[in-house]
Amino acid sequence: MTEARIPAAYMQPGTSSFSDFLSEHAPDLLPARKSLPAGSLADLAPHGTTIVAATFPGGLVMAGDRRATMGNVIAQRDIEKVFPADEYSTVGIAGTAGLAVEMVRLFQVELEHYEKIEGSILSLDGKANRLSALIRANLGMAMQGLAVVPMFAGYDLDRGIGRIFGYDITGGRHEERHFFTVGSGSLFARGAMKKLYREDLTETECVTLTVQALYDAADDDSATGGPDLTRRIFPVVWVITAEGGRRISDDDVAAIADQVVAGRMQRPDGPNAPLLQGGDVQ
Amino acid sequence: MSMPFYVSPEQLMKDRADFARKGIARGRSLVAVQYADGVLFVTENPSQALHKVSEIYDRIAFAAVGRYNEFENLRIAGVRLADMRGYSYDRRDVTGRGLANAYAQTLGTIFSSGGEKPYEVEIFVAEVGDDSADDQIYRLTYEGRVGDEHGYAVMGGDAETVTSYLEEHYTEGASLDAALAVAVAALGHATEGGQTTDRVIPVGDLEVAVLDRSRSQPRKFARILPARLDALLGERGPSEPAPAESTSSTDDADSTDDDGDAPIAPPL
Repeated sequence: MTEARIPAAYMQPGTSSFSDFLSEHAPDLLPARKSLPAGSLADLAPHGTTIVAATFPGGLVMAGDRRATMGNVIAQRDIEKVFPADEYSTVGIAGTAGLAVEMVRLFQVELEHYEKIEGSILSLDGKANRLSALIRANLGMAMQGLAVVPMFAGYDLDRGIGRIFGYDITGGRHEERHFFTVGSGSLFARGAMKKLYREDLTETECVTLTVQALYDAADDDSATGGPDLTRRIFPVVWVITAEGGRRISDDDVAAIADQVVAGRMQRPDGPNAPLLQGGDVQ
Repeated sequence: MSMPFYVSPEQLMKDRADFARKGIARGRSLVAVQYADGVLFVTENPSQALHKVSEIYDRIAFAAVGRYNEFENLRIAGVRLADMRGYSYDRRDVTGRGLANAYAQTLGTIFSSGGEKPYEVEIFVAEVGDDSADDQIYRLTYEGRVGDEHGYAVMGGDAETVTSYLEEHYTEGASLDAALAVAVAALGHATEGGQTTDRVIPVGDLEVAVLDRSRSQPRKFARILPARLDALLGERGPSEPAPAESTSSTDDADSTDDDGDAPIAPPL
């Protein structure tokens, strides 16, 4: 008998996970469930590059540059690589852009689906674990050059602090206390953050810090885009606090980026850090 | 070998309908009211954990009365359908009408199939649009009938009395607190032998949720918790909990035990 009624699988109680449900009933919709012929695909698909994040008392900031590259070509100048995962967390992606954006979409639905079915929000560690599982499912494609390396950060409602999680392509995750960077320009961004980060930054100072770090990444990594002054394209910046997440408006980021660029006109390598003693080390 | 009795199809359907209707009327009423910023749902439900009103998608909510386990299955199916469609197409492609159709087909098939017990549920699927002219409330009955409701709608319990109260007192485009006051008063309104009584329902026994188009987030569904409810309702005089004999407002597990009317197997 053919019926128009909702399929029995939908009515079955059981999993609260959307990706588990997909893998049983519509596996073709999963971004990672493809078998590819041998060979590297690394240069065939656009890659997103640098993401940085840092915590401040009461929250955290995540920012990403806007460039996607394909080999030596700039594939896109205004790609967005930092997304809200839910109201209290955000996810940034480096790696194969097409796959990564799809993975973020799945992750967003995953969190919302759980919330609606269970009637409660997943813990921050629970969310970070789910993302691990999604990345691990992509390992086969990562080995053929289509790696996705995200960074996840959120406000922990139980502990009242911002927390940052970094990942590797096998889904291994580690928590970072103060700041973290991923992507091709991450080494340079991390160097900048090491010198500029303090634990007592305000929200606006923390946004400035991430813009500075992205500037340094773009300065030394050709795949990372700096502030585009002619086209007025600036990093995507998200701030998460106890009130939830919000994207800093383009105008506000532009104002900060203009200050950073003005500073670099005087000293192209950026602000000086003290030789022996940092700001908050007494 | 026993011969089955002949039962006319008319009688068979009538018996099944009576069975479902009786189960639905046993619980408490649920009201959906359109107000200036969207759709408001109010019901009397002392349980804080077992909800009768919940979120399906960005602009879509689900409300049900009847057997909890049955409408909970339908709710989960709705969330999965909506998330699946939104993920494989786009968030804007998830509509209340599509969902109402899927529920109607499901309830209709179950009701007319001989082998399954008819669902003892009635459902509202509501969707908010960009302005109140685009708001939709669909009513789905146990036999899979779909109706389009305007202004206000009531299901479960003594729906007729509550509807007649709303008929008199409902105003279009009311603010949230005005709409809430009317809806709560309607639920407390009862008729017994020509006598009308008005009960003030305690705040803790109310389950209230809105689809509020003025919310800045894409997800327009929000529960109104007792603290905010208290402020919205203002001073209403001494409250009085529901009469004890019918407090099983989540309706189910125990209702077959304490109510001799409910058959364990469906009338076939």
